[in-house]
Amino acid sequence: MEVVLKNLTKIFPSRNRKNGDEVVAVNDMNITIPDGKLVGLLGPSGCGKSTTLYMISGLQKVTGGQIFFGDDDVTHLTPENRGVGLVFQNYALYPHLTVKQNIMFPLENLKGADRLSKEEMLKRTVEAARLVQIDDLLARKPSELSGGQQQRVAIARALVKMPKVLLLDEPLSNLDARLRLQTREEIRRIQRETGITTVFVTHDQEEAMSISDEIVIMKLGIVQQIGRPQEVYDNPANLFVAKFLGTPPINVFAGRVEKGMIYIGSEAFLEAPVPDQEVYVGLRPEGFTLDENGPFSCKLKGIEVMGRDVSVVGAHPDLVSNSLRIIIPSDMGVSEGCERVRFSVRRNKCFIFRKDNEERIPLE
Amino acid sequence: MQMVESEHKWKAWLYLSPAIVLLLVFTVWPIINTVRMAFLENYSGLKAVGGMTFSFGIGNFQKVVKYQKFLQCMKNTILLCILTVPISTILALLIAVCLNSIKFLQKPLQTIFFLPYVTNSIAIGMVFAAMFNIVGSFYGSENEIVVTAGIINNILEALGFHKVNWINSGSSYGANITVMTVYIVWNALPFKILVLLGGLQSIDKQYYDAARVDGTSRRRIFWKITVPLLSPMLAYVIITGFIGGFKEYTSIVGIFGEKMGPPDDALRLNTMVGFIYDALSTNNQGRASAAALILFGIILIVTLINLRVSKKRVHY
Repeated sequence: MEVVLKNLTKIFPSRNRKNGDEVVAVNDMNITIPDGKLVGLLGPSGCGKSTTLYMISGLQKVTGGQIFFGDDDVTHLTPENRGVGLVFQNYALYPHLTVKQNIMFPLENLKGADRLSKEEMLKRTVEAARLVQIDDLLARKPSELSGGQQQRVAIARALVKMPKVLLLDEPLSNLDARLRLQTREEIRRIQRETGITTVFVTHDQEEAMSISDEIVIMKLGIVQQIGRPQEVYDNPANLFVAKFLGTPPINVFAGRVEKGMIYIGSEAFLEAPVPDQEVYVGLRPEGFTLDENGPFSCKLKGIEVMGRDVSVVGAHPDLVSNSLRIIIPSDMGVSEGCERVRFSVRRNKCFIFRKDNEERIPLE
Repeated sequence: MQMVESEHKWKAWLYLSPAIVLLLVFTVWPIINTVRMAFLENYSGLKAVGGMTFSFGIGNFQKVVKYQKFLQCMKNTILLCILTVPISTILALLIAVCLNSIKFLQKPLQTIFFLPYVTNSIAIGMVFAAMFNIVGSFYGSENEIVVTAGIINNILEALGFHKVNWINSGSSYGANITVMTVYIVWNALPFKILVLLGGLQSIDKQYYDAARVDGTSRRRIFWKITVPLLSPMLAYVIITGFIGGFKEYTSIVGIFGEKMGPPDDALRLNTMVGFIYDALSTNNQGRASAAALILFGIILIVTLINLRVSKKRVHY
């Protein structure tokens, strides 16, 4: 089921009626979520991603705009009439019901012609449980499960009524690091197996990039960029997107373009066929190669060992971002003794942004 | 650490001592003394002061359970308990759920429902007595009866029913019990509403969101989500309700005065606590103690049954 959000807007009225500071949580959002894909809504907290999810589910009313599931306008339908499955951040499993009863709960709500027989309900419940691999835990109560298992129960409960759209609110935020890796693979697998259009919300860019077919990056209620994760990473639309994606984050410098060359400080290091102007220069940490004759140099502050790679922590007078980190293979032989290191920079890992509105300036 | 702790132990005891002394004098000793008096045949404080000694035995208990008045008291107490606890709990649950689901006027309404709790129950009893009253003469021939009625009877009449003699001379036992049930339920509501409302407000709203997405009907949400998640509070309210119900006394005094019944049939509505007070005021401390221990035993058994049931029914 294709999901289309058309000029979607959500405004929360101000709590204090006297000074009318209303909050625009989602501002004129236009996206199309293709059928059967896994899409991640990504952004820092307060960017409106969860609000968007809850508007798709119907739990939040929209202020303006429309939501389509396929050709159907569902903007004003109640949640139960939209056919969505929703997994809450803290799972919201009913603590007094067993895993089996929890998963079966949505089926027992069905009325009239949709009502299934007891055997059919049980069959669907077991199927859903098997899909998320908890079929041996059916008799347990949620309190007897680990976080990861609870998560699976919540997904099974959302899937059991075969929703048109599956919505996941911060699905991995309550899990520890190891379980998070495992569970995100699991979500990917379940989504592939069922082929249900899935939207999930996260503030963790790594999580979003690793499993999404497409990511939607939001900031203060406004969509910044939509695209396949690699595409967005390689072609950020603006400084915000560039800074938000990638660990360690991109290194940003105050620089300028002069006579077709990009300068950071006094060092010119890349050609740029654009008019002279002040710019922000973004250099991805993995875009550097150790090179004695390279155009970029920085003071060495330390080296962080990561095993396969090392992270060179440097200092540079024109640095705007919080830290300067450069990732190079660990066998390159940078030792802590060096005072300064020189690098050459890969062209496709370098972005320049306008100083005024932080939009990206294409280099080609 | 161990050293430090033991060195300061005497300080801990010192700080605890005011409470401990008071508890020993006014709680622990009276309990022990009650047991002692209950097992001394025909014990009377006045006679004990006069130098009389009493032999040890279970005569007090035997007399109490054979005593017709005591059996009437027990019947009244149990009947009121069985009637009022379920009714007040169900009403409190409904009111709490309604209060919780409205936003407008929630706080003022909450205050109104809580008012009986901060009002003296004797005063409320007098108001109820006036409401159920028929003031007038019931003597002489029927034509001579001049009656002014309380608000309840006026309403009944306005609706086309006959006046009911609720609490005055000649009233029936059923009418008396009805009035007591209404009054006790009304009096018990605020505390229960408060506890249940607190419980409702602590239920995570996401359960209801999840239920809405899954298209759960209101009735099913109430029975399958709200009631189970509220079950610890419900159990608490029911258990304390029964304990309070078995100690019923002031409410009867509030409506009927110290006669504990309509004017022509005093003590008809006496309760177990009333029986104990009567025995005390007539210097039959032995009998009173025995009745108190019987009451204690009944409350203990009922509470154990309650806990037993709630273990099966209360989730978590």
